[in-house]
Amino acid sequence: MTEPKARGDAWTEERGARNERTSDEGRRRLEGAPEASGRGSTPLLEVRDLTVHHGQLRALDRVSLRVFPGEVYAIIGANGAGKSTLLRTIVGLHRPTEGAIVYEGKDMTRVRPERRATGGIVMVPEGRRLFGSLTVEENLQIGATYARPGPWTIERVYELFGWMRERRTQRTEQLSGGEQQSVAIGRALVANPRVLLLDELSLGLAPIVVQRIYAMMSQILASGLTVLLVEQDVSQALRVASHLQCLLEGHTTLEGRPSDVTPEQVEAAYFGLAPGGNGGAGSPPVSRGGLGGIAPPGQAGSQPLWSGSTPSSRES
Amino acid sequence: MVWVNAIIQGILTGGLYALFACGLSLMFGVMKVVNLAHGDLAIIGAYIALGVITITHIPALWSFLIVVPIMAVLGYAMQRTLIQSSLDRGALTTLLVTFGLSVVIENALLQFLNADSHSLGAGSSIITKSFSIGSQIQIAYLLVLIFVVAVVVLLGLQYFLSASRYGRMIRAVADDREAAQMSGIDYRHVFGIAAAIAFGTVALGGIAYGMYSQFAPTTGTDTILLFAFAAVVIGGLGSLWGTLLGGVVLGVAQQIGAQINLSYEVLAGYLVFLAVLVLRPQGLTARKAQS
Amino acid sequence: MSVVTDSQARSEEKIRVTRSRRNVAWTGIGALVVVVVLALFPYIVYSGTTTIMVQAFIVLTLACMWNLLAGYAGLVSVGQQAFVGLGAYFVLILAINGIAPFAALPFAVVGSGVAALPMWWLVARLRSGYFAIATWVLAATVMLIIERFSSIGGGTGLPLPGFTGWDPTLLTAYTYWAGLAVTVVALASTYLLLRGRLGLVLTAIRDDEVAARSSGARVGLARMLVFVIAGAGCGAAGAVLAISQLQVQPAAVFSVQWTAIMAFAAIIGGLGTIEGPILGTIVYMVLQQTLQSYNAWYLIILGLVAIAVALFARRGLWGLIDDHLHIRLFPVGYWLWTPESTGRRGLGRRGPGGRGIGPRRGGKHG
Repeated sequence: MTEPKARGDAWTEERGARNERTSDEGRRRLEGAPEASGRGSTPLLEVRDLTVHHGQLRALDRVSLRVFPGEVYAIIGANGAGKSTLLRTIVGLHRPTEGAIVYEGKDMTRVRPERRATGGIVMVPEGRRLFGSLTVEENLQIGATYARPGPWTIERVYELFGWMRERRTQRTEQLSGGEQQSVAIGRALVANPRVLLLDELSLGLAPIVVQRIYAMMSQILASGLTVLLVEQDVSQALRVASHLQCLLEGHTTLEGRPSDVTPEQVEAAYFGLAPGGNGGAGSPPVSRGGLGGIAPPGQAGSQPLWSGSTPSSRES
Repeated sequence: MVWVNAIIQGILTGGLYALFACGLSLMFGVMKVVNLAHGDLAIIGAYIALGVITITHIPALWSFLIVVPIMAVLGYAMQRTLIQSSLDRGALTTLLVTFGLSVVIENALLQFLNADSHSLGAGSSIITKSFSIGSQIQIAYLLVLIFVVAVVVLLGLQYFLSASRYGRMIRAVADDREAAQMSGIDYRHVFGIAAAIAFGTVALGGIAYGMYSQFAPTTGTDTILLFAFAAVVIGGLGSLWGTLLGGVVLGVAQQIGAQINLSYEVLAGYLVFLAVLVLRPQGLTARKAQS
Repeated sequence: MSVVTDSQARSEEKIRVTRSRRNVAWTGIGALVVVVVLALFPYIVYSGTTTIMVQAFIVLTLACMWNLLAGYAGLVSVGQQAFVGLGAYFVLILAINGIAPFAALPFAVVGSGVAALPMWWLVARLRSGYFAIATWVLAATVMLIIERFSSIGGGTGLPLPGFTGWDPTLLTAYTYWAGLAVTVVALASTYLLLRGRLGLVLTAIRDDEVAARSSGARVGLARMLVFVIAGAGCGAAGAVLAISQLQVQPAAVFSVQWTAIMAFAAIIGGLGTIEGPILGTIVYMVLQQTLQSYNAWYLIILGLVAIAVALFARRGLWGLIDDHLHIRLFPVGYWLWTPESTGRRGLGRRGPGGRGIGPRRGGKHG
C-alpha cells in the first residue's frame, strides 16, 4: 500500500484543485499544517472523493477525509449539510454515486453493511434506533451477536452506565431519551468495533444529559477505539475532537485541528460566509455567543475533555 | 346443549386455524409482507404428505416428520430467491408475485394431479374416534389432538422468539431492519428463517386439515388463506396468542352459524371478520389502534 | 395539441410543453378507424370469431380496470370478481323482472359502482397486503350472500331470461356490439380521466403520498373514485359476461379466476400504462385459444410470465416497446422541450405512467 501523500503543500494543492467547486470564501485550510502531529501514517478509515445522491439531490460532493487510529474526528455542519449521509454511506446503508471508502487499507465500497459492522465499523445511529420491543439487555445481546473479540462486554457496559443493570429487563421503548442514547452506545460498544461512528448524539437531549454522555467518551476511547462523530452542537464537538471537518451543502469547507481554528473560521465555514480575515477590522463581530458560545480549547487555554482529565464545568 | 357442542367444536377448530395463521402473522410481522400463496403452501404440504404416505405407508400422523422439514427448507430457499427479489422491488411487486405464485401452484396441482378431493385419513387408531359428553356433545379425538398440537406449536414459537438467539434476531429485524444490519445481522438470512418457520407450520396445518377433512387444489385459497387471514385480523397482529384467540372466535362463529343453517357456516365467519374490521381493526388483543 | 409558453424572463427562449413527442392526432383517427372496423365485424366474420372477440372485450375491460387500480392508484385488489358477479346478477335480476338485458346493462354498471361505496368504506384504511386479502374476503362474502337467495338461483344459478325468440346471429351481433361499446367507453373514460386532474393526483400520490397530501391533494377521495370506477367497469364486464353466457352461475361469475386473468393481463401488458391492458389481453387470448385443450396450462404459463414480468420488466410489454420506440398511443404525460433539445428527445416526461424525473425503483408502493 502506497504511503499517503505528505500533508504539505503538494497535498494542499491537490485538494484545492479537486475542490474547485467549493467557494473560496468558505474554504479554510491549514497552510503547511504539520504532517501528522501524532496522526500516524496509515489512516484507519478513509473516504475518497465521495459523491452521494438522494435521487436527484446531490447530498455529498466529492468529500474526502482520513481518520487515523485513536482519533476523535468530528464532522460538523448545519442541517442538510450531508453529515448523516456521510456516516450512513460509510456504514453501507447508502450507496455512493462516486468515490470510495477504504477501511484498514481495503476498499469497502461494495461491501454489505452487516459485513462492515462485523469488520469493525459500527454506528450509533441518529435517533438511537433501538429495538423498541426488546429489553435493554436484549438490545445489548443483539449488539453482541457478531461481536469481535475485545474488551467490551455487556457487563462492562453495565459498569459504564451505572443505572443500566437494574433496568436491563425493561423494554427500551419505555426509556427516556438519554437512557436510550446510552443503550444505543452500549449496543455499539459490545460489538467491539475499531471505528465507532456517532451520529448526532446530542439530538433531542437535554444539555446536561449530553454532557454526561460525552463524559463517557474518555473511558470509551481508553479502550482503543477510534471515533468518528457527527454533531450539530459545535461547542460540544470542539471540546471532544482531535480533528475537525466542517461540511456545507455537501462539500468540505473547513478541516483541521480545533486548536488551530478560530471561532470566526468555524462560523464562516459552518454558514458559508464571506471571510473576514482573522479578527481584523473587517471581520464580523464574533461574540462569545456567536455560535452558541464556542470556546475553542486552543484559544481559551483549556484542554479537550477526553485527554484523560475529568469533565470540567461547561464553558460560557 | 347443542349450542355448547357447537361452541366446543368451534374452539377446537380454532386450533387448526391458529396453525394456519401463525405463519402468515410471522411473515407479516417480520417482513411486512402478506404472502398470498400462504394457503396453497399448506395444500402442497398435504399433497407431499399424501405422496409420502402412499410410498412409505407410514401412518398419516407421523408424516409431518418428513414433510415439515421439507417445507421448511423449501421456505428458506423460496424466501432467499423469489420472495427476497420481490421485496427488493417493493410491496406491490411482492403482492403481484405471491398472487401469481398462488395461481400457478393451484393450476399446476390441477394440471398434474387432478381436481379430486383427497384425504390423508387418520388411520385406524383411536384418533378416528370421538368421545361423548352427554347425549349432544361429541368431540373427535383428532380435533382435540390438533388443538393440542396448535398450542404446543404456539408455545414453542413463543419460546423460540423470546429466548433464543435467532428468535431475538427475528424480533430485532422486525423492529428495525437497518439497525439490525448495523449490528452485523444479515436480514435476508433472518427473513429466510422466518419463512422456513412459516412454511413449516402451515404445512403442519395442511396435514392436520388433510387428516380431518378433505383437500383439493383450490382449498388453499378458498379455505385456508382466507380463514388464516381472518384469524389474524380478529385476533390482532403482533401476538401469537392473539392468533389462537382469533382462530377460536372464527371457529365458534362458524359453528354457531352452522347451527342456524348449515350453509351459513363460512358466511358467519366472514361477517364476524368484517365486523371486527369495522369496529376494532387492530384486533381483539392489540393494545392500541394501529394505523 | 401543443402549448407554446414563453418564458417570461427571457423572451428569446421558448419552452414548449406538449402532450406527446409526436403529433398524435393521427392516433385518435387511427383509433376511430379501428373502432369502426371492429363494429363491422358481425357483418364480415363468422359468429365463432365474434364470440371470441366478446371474450376479449370482457378481458380487456377488466384488465383496464385492474390496471387503473393497481398501476395508477396502487390498490391491489383481489376481490374485483365481486363486481363481475354483481354486474351479472344485476342484469339477471332486472331481466327476471321484465327489463331487456341489453337495457339492463347501464343499470348494472351504475349498480356496481354504487355497490363499491360500502365496500370501500370497509377496506379504505387498509394497506397493501391487508387490502388485498380483505377485498378477497369481501368478494367471497358477497357470493355467499347472493347464494342465499333462491329466487335468483341460489347456489346453482339461473339461465338469463329475456332472449326468447331472438335470432341467434342477431343476438351474437348485439352481444358483440355491447361488448365493443363497453370496452370503448372503458378505455376512453380511463384515458380521459388519467389525462386530467385525477391522473395528476394519482401520480403525485404514487410518487410521494405525504407530499401529495400536504399539497392539498385529496388522496382518499382520489382512491375512492378509482375504486368506484373500477367497480363500475368490472360490473359492466360482468353484465356483458352474463349476456354472452346466457346464464348466471355464482361459482362462475364470482370466481377469483377473473381477478387472476385481469391481473395477469394488466401486468404482462404493462401496469401503469394505458396501452398495456390491450397488449396483455392479446397475450391472454392467444394463450387461451392455443392452449385451451390443455386445461390449466394457459393459466400456469400466464402466471409464470406475469411473475417474471413483475420482477424483471416492471412496465410490462408495453413498457419494453415504449422504452425502445417512445410511442404513446394514449399520451397522458407531458414532454418538455427546451431550445437545446429540440430535434432530439424531450428532456423528460411527467405524468401517470410517464418516466419523469424522480426515483422510479418500484414506485412508491415499495
